[in-house]
Amino acid sequence: MSLQFKEGTQPMAVKFEKVGDGSYTLDVQGYVCPHPQLYTKKGLEKLKQGETLELIFDNPSSGESIAAMCQADGNQIIAKETEAGKSTMHWRIRKS
Amino acid sequence: MTSLPCNTVNIDTPPVLATEPRNVIRAFLVLGFFALMSVGSFAVDHRFIYFSAYLWFGFIYGMSLQYGRFCMASAIRDLFAVGVPRMAVGIMIAVVLYSVVSAFVTVAGQSNFHPSPIGLYSVIGGLIFGIGMVYTGGCASGSLYKTGEGSIAALLVVISLSFAQVYVADAGGWLNHLVPMAWTQSTIAKNLPAVITPTDGWYDQFTAGYVWDLSATTVGKLLGFTNTVYAAFIGNSLINAVLPAGLILAGIYLGWYRKAYLRDNTSHYRGFRTELAGYWSMITASKRTAIAGLALGLAAGLHMWVMNELQRRLNITNAGDLLKSMGYTSGLSIQDTVFDPGYFYITTQEAQAAAWVVQKLGFNVMHNIFFGIDNGIPNPLLNPVLWMSISVIGGSAVMALLNNEFKLKMPTLEIATWAIFGGILMGLGARIGLGCNIGAFFATVTNGDPSGWLFGLGMTVGGYIGVKFFNWWIGRKMAKEMAAFDF
Repeated sequence: MSLQFKEGTQPMAVKFEKVGDGSYTLDVQGYVCPHPQLYTKKGLEKLKQGETLELIFDNPSSGESIAAMCQADGNQIIAKETEAGKSTMHWRIRKS
Repeated sequence: MTSLPCNTVNIDTPPVLATEPRNVIRAFLVLGFFALMSVGSFAVDHRFIYFSAYLWFGFIYGMSLQYGRFCMASAIRDLFAVGVPRMAVGIMIAVVLYSVVSAFVTVAGQSNFHPSPIGLYSVIGGLIFGIGMVYTGGCASGSLYKTGEGSIAALLVVISLSFAQVYVADAGGWLNHLVPMAWTQSTIAKNLPAVITPTDGWYDQFTAGYVWDLSATTVGKLLGFTNTVYAAFIGNSLINAVLPAGLILAGIYLGWYRKAYLRDNTSHYRGFRTELAGYWSMITASKRTAIAGLALGLAAGLHMWVMNELQRRLNITNAGDLLKSMGYTSGLSIQDTVFDPGYFYITTQEAQAAAWVVQKLGFNVMHNIFFGIDNGIPNPLLNPVLWMSISVIGGSAVMALLNNEFKLKMPTLEIATWAIFGGILMGLGARIGLGCNIGAFFATVTNGDPSGWLFGLGMTVGGYIGVKFFNWWIGRKMAKEMAAFDF
């Protein structure tokens, strides 16, 4: 159980960053449905085949939709991690 | 991180973590609170068992909703926004199950369901509600279970839709001028009690001058079945729920699932057999959602049975009788009733709670049909149906804690704005549609009431409109975020 704030008192806003060659992060913590899945969809649409997106989110129900969306679109979730005690999820998705 | 083979991610698998000990303790504390509420109230007066019945069914609903991430906003939105049919499938499973259990309950003479009038209002109410629920990110029941997960945004939705309903039910003034003359005349002709001031308030005139003039029926009665078994099982369950749900599932399969299924099963294509296998694969794709659908359908049917049996044993027809006999007369309607559907319902009890607050602030919102004649404004502690809403939150919190998914989340200003704005639309839609995704859709289509499909149609179109807007809104924001990168 923790309050999710970013740098002081303001909750997070969406953040898309390049972290390496063909590797990006999309941070949508603090967002509820449908924002995380829609941001993920828009982000993945722009990526090239083989590039990866690390998705950081904390809305559990979005996870179900994102997993199903990746499965339907043929994209691969290559790693999943949940921060202990924080319910923040980190998923790495490879664009197919 | 846990490596997963390509395309074999199991979407049913929650984050693989053992329940943290502190979450187990918290889950037991929440459970203990409701157990204490139940046992303590029973010790005060055994008739509080009626309240506890609502409470524990609410608790089951909350656990099921959270377990399956069950949300009608998600069902419609994910289908149109990201092409994911999982939740829409789960809802249809729940509809089929609930309708079959309801048929048994009806045949046993234990149903207290009353169909809603059939009219265009259902479509319009559903449309407004559908737009609102996409903006908020959760339907009425979804927002309750998400509140249980610790989402303050979802709590804002619940609060805003509650107060919006109070305004809608009581507003008069300039809104009176928008009411068609025929509604006003029809309202006057009904000679309602003067204390209600029925011609001052657009919702009063909408209710008495329009809705009350429409006819309500179930499919079983519409088809002229005189045998209760045929009416319940063939008319109400098979024709009004099972067949439409099966057709909707077929449409979802063809539109959203078949392509991906055949892509992954090309080498085994054997015509219709493969199509049937694909249809079944879609239904069982998310076990969590399917299990939640089964649990909700069964619980919702049994709930009707239990409430009706309790009414019989307590010799009451409405919780208002119970409150009066227990000496609690404050907040009863002029008919000495309070809202008491006897089944799963969401929005009206929340409107009552908001109205109670408004009354405490010194405003009189009792002089209208919705509160004054039909539902009353009881003290929230003495509102049995509100016990159900509170325990939906509790049941969801317990399930979220046990899955390490509880997190107190403050919304961004953007999310809070969407929550309040969408919640207001949901409140308006729920009043016009005479219920939300549960009361005007789930509980109606499963009990033979065709008006539920009209609300569902409106909700789907509204959801589609909301998704179209959100696609544009988020696409615009994401384009700005990604503008610095060369794709």
